[in-house]
Amino acid sequence: MLARIQLSDDEVTSLTGELDAIVSNIAKVSEVATSDVAATSHPIPLQNVFRPDEPGQMLTLEQALQNAPDADSDRFRVTAILGEEQ
Amino acid sequence: MAALMDYDKALEIFEPVIGLEVHVELNTRTKMFSASGNPANDEFQGAGPNTLVSPVDLGLPGSMPTVNAEAVRKSISLGLALGCSIAPSSRFARKNYFYPDLGKNYQISQYDEPIAFEGSVEVELEDGTIFTVPIERAHMEEDAGKLTHVGGSTGRIQGADHSLVDYNRAGVPLVEIVTHPIFGAEHRAPELAKAYLGTIRDIARSLGISEARMERGNVRCDANVSLRPRGAEKLGTRTETKNVNSMRSVERAVRYEIRRQAAILADGGTITQETRHWHEDTGETSPGRPKSDADDYRYFPEPDLLPVAPSEELIEELRAQLPEAPAVKRRRLKAEWGFTDLEFQDVANGGLTDVVEQTIAAGAAPQSARKWWTGEITRLANAADREPADMVSPAHVAQLQQLVDAGTLTDKLARQVLEGVIAGEGDPQQVVDARGLAVVSDDGALIAAIDDALAAQPDVMEKIKGGKVQAAGAIIGAVMKAMKGQADAARVRELILERAQA
Amino acid sequence: MGDIIRLTAAELAEKLRSGDVSSAEATQAHLDRIAQVDGDVHAFLHVSDHAVETARDIDARRLAGEDLPELAGVPLAVKDVLVTTDMPSTSASKILEGYMSPYDATVVARARAAGLVPLGKTNMDEFAMGSSTEHSAYGPTHNPWDLDRIPGGSGGGSAAAVAAFEAPLALGSDTGGSIRQPAHVTGTVGVKPTYGGVSRYGAIALASSLDQVGPVTRTVLDAGLLHDVIGGHDPHDATSLTTEWPSFAAAAREGASGEVLRGLRVGVVKELPDDGFQPGVARSFRDALATLEAAGAEIVEISAPNFEYAVAAYYLILPAEASSNLAKFDSVRFGLRSEVAGGTVEDVMSVTRDAGFGPEVKRRIILGTYALSAGYYDAYYGSAQKVRTLIQQDFARAFAGVDVIATPSAPTTAFRLGEKIDDPLSMYLNDLTTIPANLAGVPGISIPSGLAHDDGLPVGIQFLAPAHEDARLYRVGAALEALLVDAWGGPLLDRAPALEGGAR
Ligand SMILES: [Mg+2]
Ligand SMILES: [Zn+2]
Repeated sequence: MLARIQLSDDEVTSLTGELDAIVSNIAKVSEVATSDVAATSHPIPLQNVFRPDEPGQMLTLEQALQNAPDADSDRFRVTAILGEEQ
Repeated sequence: MAALMDYDKALEIFEPVIGLEVHVELNTRTKMFSASGNPANDEFQGAGPNTLVSPVDLGLPGSMPTVNAEAVRKSISLGLALGCSIAPSSRFARKNYFYPDLGKNYQISQYDEPIAFEGSVEVELEDGTIFTVPIERAHMEEDAGKLTHVGGSTGRIQGADHSLVDYNRAGVPLVEIVTHPIFGAEHRAPELAKAYLGTIRDIARSLGISEARMERGNVRCDANVSLRPRGAEKLGTRTETKNVNSMRSVERAVRYEIRRQAAILADGGTITQETRHWHEDTGETSPGRPKSDADDYRYFPEPDLLPVAPSEELIEELRAQLPEAPAVKRRRLKAEWGFTDLEFQDVANGGLTDVVEQTIAAGAAPQSARKWWTGEITRLANAADREPADMVSPAHVAQLQQLVDAGTLTDKLARQVLEGVIAGEGDPQQVVDARGLAVVSDDGALIAAIDDALAAQPDVMEKIKGGKVQAAGAIIGAVMKAMKGQADAARVRELILERAQA
Repeated sequence: MGDIIRLTAAELAEKLRSGDVSSAEATQAHLDRIAQVDGDVHAFLHVSDHAVETARDIDARRLAGEDLPELAGVPLAVKDVLVTTDMPSTSASKILEGYMSPYDATVVARARAAGLVPLGKTNMDEFAMGSSTEHSAYGPTHNPWDLDRIPGGSGGGSAAAVAAFEAPLALGSDTGGSIRQPAHVTGTVGVKPTYGGVSRYGAIALASSLDQVGPVTRTVLDAGLLHDVIGGHDPHDATSLTTEWPSFAAAAREGASGEVLRGLRVGVVKELPDDGFQPGVARSFRDALATLEAAGAEIVEISAPNFEYAVAAYYLILPAEASSNLAKFDSVRFGLRSEVAGGTVEDVMSVTRDAGFGPEVKRRIILGTYALSAGYYDAYYGSAQKVRTLIQQDFARAFAGVDVIATPSAPTTAFRLGEKIDDPLSMYLNDLTTIPANLAGVPGISIPSGLAHDDGLPVGIQFLAPAHEDARLYRVGAALEALLVDAWGGPLLDRAPALEGGAR
């Protein structure tokens, strides 16, 4: 499951119905989205916004780990990983 | 162990097609999308886990990426050095997938609009053959964090009980260089893969955009291999062997995959499209993740970042600053240094071109510089499992050679001095002084030692006077022993002969 | 000092400056009000335990003769979508329960630097997904005008807080109307600035290309004052504009004279006919237009043929970006982690996300995941981005002929809690008039236009201006506000029922 949410059967049933209705409604975008129309990904077009290569403020180790559900002394801890790196 | 076909036989039946994806970590001071220190820059090497992180690198709620200007410049330089066109406008995109080493569960990369595209690289094989590798694209992206698998016997992901995550590497600037499928390398495909990786490393190093240390993972390679029956038009199914991170490994991995796939295909089997893992210890690849719907990365333009549109002026400025291409430079240096093909390949294949050049620039004769680096230094480096270039500086090697040329050191003494320098005892002159290793050039001391030896072997002088000059060897040996090797044997011989004529 | 809480921020700032009131008193008065009514309203998810301390510090600095910024000492409510170092930041989600940010959102940092006193974190729809604040994981907020009705969303908490006099000022975020639609249903003022006008750094992202942070207040001038504090370039947000903005407070003060309406060309969208709105909303809108006209404005019909595709495009772009933005909530670095005996990290992530996200969040994540998937990208996400271009073209054509566009801020007045919760599609249509501004990046303001004749509930009028022309909205908004308040004989909120009891 790409969204990585383990849905219960009930959730799947209710979501499927709702999503069908929503999708059929929003599918109308393709009516006007013809090939001669350019896509807009940013509402206000800007380009070449850069940051100088100068080190800035970093978190302390304590700050980095302060919200961790589980950690050893300096790293986050997770249970066994089944899948592989991409 | 998988069945393998004999390599030559595999090549008789099948044509190998390879494709290489190389990730180069840039050595900017800060990360690609945050102002955190970049562990791929020597300045921040060796920092403790999770101490080079900001809210951006950890994907903390509310954090936003910003683009490092210097990383963009370095990416353009690399693109230009690969002969690529630089896109007038390129974009970042999100590559979405869940993995604990990704702080945001998406990687900011480039997808349909990479910064550099369509180039080629000249790769020199060991025998001097030049092969042109076509480059499809080079794009900017960020590295992931580092996982350590705990529990289970192997330290590998399989069987681990839990894993620990360090996000220092998360966000390190990467340029991913992707080749087009490479045809025509035939039986030299594994060798080409190796040479290509070395060439990319050399280019990155010569541009100064990366520390380019393979043992630190600054340059990493995924190798795609497929086979097609001779005469076939259609490409075979490919496998992608991930993270083969040394030149020797990539050569072995490609060769292994050719033999493995050939055995399967010849047996009527089919190749599964999958990623595979390289095992350095056994020299094998093992199956990883098959291609699946998890490979739908749902790329879309990164809404937090804006297009990168380098000006024509910037591109030309960076083009003008490009150093000589490594292949061109190699041809020039070979001629300048007067090396034979074999001698030059020895240097080039050892990755020693730069240090030899620097040693010569520091005053050593080309042949002397070559001998030190391909000989003693490489031997010591191999023994210590280190890179020759990390052992000693070119300036010190040149100084060492100058001491030999001046007669202060014999070759044998010079090797001892080298060990002292490597051990950190100072520069060559300091080691000579501290260890008292200089050649004894005081004739008085030598003559006294000769007289002692002659007294101990009274018959020798008679033999020499009788014309048996080679008998002097026994005296030379005794003198050298008495001087603990710190004498110039030629001078001792001269003095003995003078004595015989007196 | 029972009246402190009914002062506007501008009035309170004046009293603080003159020494009539201390910040500690003002802060305490608002905390008392929260204690008194928030049990009923539930505008706050967290109330600061050190606000008075902060206020005393401001008082001390003022006493020491320090020249303080205009709003120094004025209390501020902060939408929980904004991260704060001294209070939990949850975006109203269980998955972030108790989360403490190691850094402040830029707007919060700027508010602190200007001496504003954060009172607490306000309720919202979970991750800002919704139009009613019913999707908060911590229970809904109630509309101060009628506790059985919704306060709008997603920023229902911020709007209800200012409407219930629990705070004079609040911060909100607007992705498709989340500042303006709550303003509409609570009789308050809300501004969505030009995209990039206010930093998003530290705003927990819903849809990055649509989100904007903005002011939530009771008057246009107060909104301008707060906008002046939080706006301007932030190098931490790459999409932040480098525009030199004029003072929006000055623009509001200038507008209040009413002169700006003379000759102003106000566009009314042909494709948003009155019969698409609750009659009470349509009539209030027409009455407001008549007021503008009487003051010398010209009402011009304009056409925006692609607005009808805006909601559909929005409900593709938003879920797509949200599905990616919300992937970071995976139980590894922060937030909830569900224990799964013997579970792999994949299991733990999946179970955590099922337990930690509410149904609307899951619905949108799945929708977005679907819209971005390889086979559907072009038809859905790609097409939606094209609709965006068309809507920008609609705006460009319209603004060639008019100075501002006016619409009702939402189709209906506040509906009853629970009324639309099971009908996501009709919930989505609430943002019909506000969404086009987010798709095109243009600024919008909603100010009260009156009470609907059919149900007596507040109605808002929305003005839209070209990108970068936020000041125009403050001028026009303040001008209409002055005329209407005059006509009403006092602020609309004076007509809201008194809130009794309901202690927190
Ligand atoms: Mg790869
Ligand atoms: Zn890559």
